[in-house]
Amino acid sequence: MKKVLELKNVHTYYGKIHALKGINLEVFEGEIVTLIGANGAGKTTTLRTISGMIHPKEGEVLFEGVAVQHLPAHLIVKRGIGHVPEGRRIFPRLTVEENLEIGAYLENDRHKVEERKAEVFELFPRLAERRRQLGGTLSGGEQQMLAIGRALMQDPRILLMDEPSMGLAPVLVDLIFETIAELNKRGKTILLVEQNALKALEIAHRGYVLQTGEITLSGPAKELAENEEVKRAYLGG
Amino acid sequence: MLEILIQLLPSVLLEGLILGFVYAMIALGYTMVYGVLELINFAHSEIFMAGAVAGAEVFILLKGVIGNPFLLLALAILIGGAVAAIVAILVERLAYRPLRKRGTTNRLVPLITAIGVSFFLQDLVRLIEGLWHNAFYRRYPSFSVFEATYTLPNWIGVLTILATLWLAFWVIAYFGDWLVRLFSKKERAAGRTLSIVAAGLTLVFAFFYRHVIFADLGMTIQMKSILVIVVSLAMLYGLNWLVHKTKLGIAIRAVAQDAQTASLMGIDPDVIVSRTFLIGGFLGGVAGVLFGLLYTLVHPYVGFIPGIKAFTAAVLGGIGNITGAAVGGLVLGMLEMLGGTYLTFLTNGAMGTEYKDILAFLILIFILLFRPQGIIGQQLGEKV
Ligand SMILES: Nc1ncnc2c1ncn2[C@@H]1O[C@H](COP(=O)(O)OP(=O)(O)OP(=O)(O)O)[C@@H](O)[C@H]1O
Ligand SMILES: [Mg+2]
Repeated sequence: MKKVLELKNVHTYYGKIHALKGINLEVFEGEIVTLIGANGAGKTTTLRTISGMIHPKEGEVLFEGVAVQHLPAHLIVKRGIGHVPEGRRIFPRLTVEENLEIGAYLENDRHKVEERKAEVFELFPRLAERRRQLGGTLSGGEQQMLAIGRALMQDPRILLMDEPSMGLAPVLVDLIFETIAELNKRGKTILLVEQNALKALEIAHRGYVLQTGEITLSGPAKELAENEEVKRAYLGG
Repeated sequence: MLEILIQLLPSVLLEGLILGFVYAMIALGYTMVYGVLELINFAHSEIFMAGAVAGAEVFILLKGVIGNPFLLLALAILIGGAVAAIVAILVERLAYRPLRKRGTTNRLVPLITAIGVSFFLQDLVRLIEGLWHNAFYRRYPSFSVFEATYTLPNWIGVLTILATLWLAFWVIAYFGDWLVRLFSKKERAAGRTLSIVAAGLTLVFAFFYRHVIFADLGMTIQMKSILVIVVSLAMLYGLNWLVHKTKLGIAIRAVAQDAQTASLMGIDPDVIVSRTFLIGGFLGGVAGVLFGLLYTLVHPYVGFIPGIKAFTAAVLGGIGNITGAAVGGLVLGMLEMLGGTYLTFLTNGAMGTEYKDILAFLILIFILLFRPQGIIGQQLGEKV
């Protein structure tokens, strides 16, 4: 299997705060890998380090075997990393359709853009109904759909998702997880950050547990879900 | 007295509108840059000046070569706009970007830089013009086709007067309602009620002053004013299309709303910032050429007053808001002309038109005090 993404001994700082203390992580083609951990563990920082919004002080981020940790975010995206950021970060004063269009900023083939848009609308019919509505006026769930759709418009080779189920009603949480599983079935490689560890481990192939900037456990999702320590800390068991 | 004031109204408003278009185009440069960077680019008045001076050079150099004044104007507009755009891009690249990259968070630093850049550009243009012509006052040549005047049909004047009266009565009705509410528990009057009351008052007034309103006013317009209006409308239309219908436009708005997330879409924010300076600079340069066409004399210091007026217009419309800048420019132009003309009348000539500048700055101060978000409010930016 092809290794899509690899983090080697990544150290990231916010000023003097040592947020990531030597992260090692791999994602293979076709996998859903989940990264779970408590608040402030460094999950978001890991994703931000991968997509170049913050640069590590030490270590390497390899995307398809090439070190990208020194590149600015827009060039990393260009290589094929899509990022659904924490808190959705929809452009509030762009319409739903414009949000999607801007997702495909790097694609110059109009035909492909329309094709992908149709795919997103098929995945989330709700967005099709609201295509002329401003992003800021959508409900939380719709905004999450839009954030995912926007990232899909890039047709990325790996999709980083930061807590896509945060703040959503249970029905919508289920819908989002179903969608993630469906995307994976269609061939997307996904690195999923979640607070909802139970659900995440259900759909993931493998998982990593992050604790105050360090990976403390990793393995197949099923094994993690059975692990006593994980159960106690993250599954409320 | 009232008769004269009413009969003057259409031509004064028309003058104001023409000036307003120039302000609007400059104001767009301030507002767009503020939208993407939250920076007041005070050097924008010098970018406008660069366009005005470049346009003058085109006119003077090519007057003997190109016979057709319209073609000449088209060239001056293109070159004036291009020169201003290049200056704007260079200013961003050499002055603002290094500050941004250094992560300066203090708002005062870019502001003072902008003022420094202003002085630098003024003296740079003065130096170039001085070395080149041994003089830095340049005059736009006059062409008889541009000076030609045309009489406008009377109904335009009548409609203008009626519309202005209606607006004035609406404002009076609004404050009347407010006064009544001060002393009673009456509900706030609906906008429609106010409109109908204003319309009624207008009709009554128009009936008693019919000999004034429907008199033959003989309103005229000069060819160059028509050109200013046509070119400005074309530019505003073009900008609107660019901002709303093109990929670049969506990207500019995305960066204005959330630059970090925009970079996750593969957008290089630096490129977008640069393009924004290009567009704003081009509009400013074109405004400079039109300004030269209207007022003929240009020089390295010509940017200051129109620049600060246009800044006022941008604030008036809500800085960061594109539509607001255009509307603010037109409103400011008309208010200024009204104030300038009527003040002279009302004070029996004691206060001349030179006080119109004070009016613009009073407006600026009042808006900043009471409604800093402008009439329409911020739109392009609206950070999340
Ligand atoms: N911009 C910042 N400046 C300083 N410290 C930060 C910043 N962002 C995050 N941190 C710190 O880095 C650590 C990791 O934060 P991070 O946001 O990656 O956690 P997380 O696992 O995503 O948490 P959550 O589940 O709450 O989203 C925390 O201690 C946090 O306080
Ligand atoms: Mg987080």
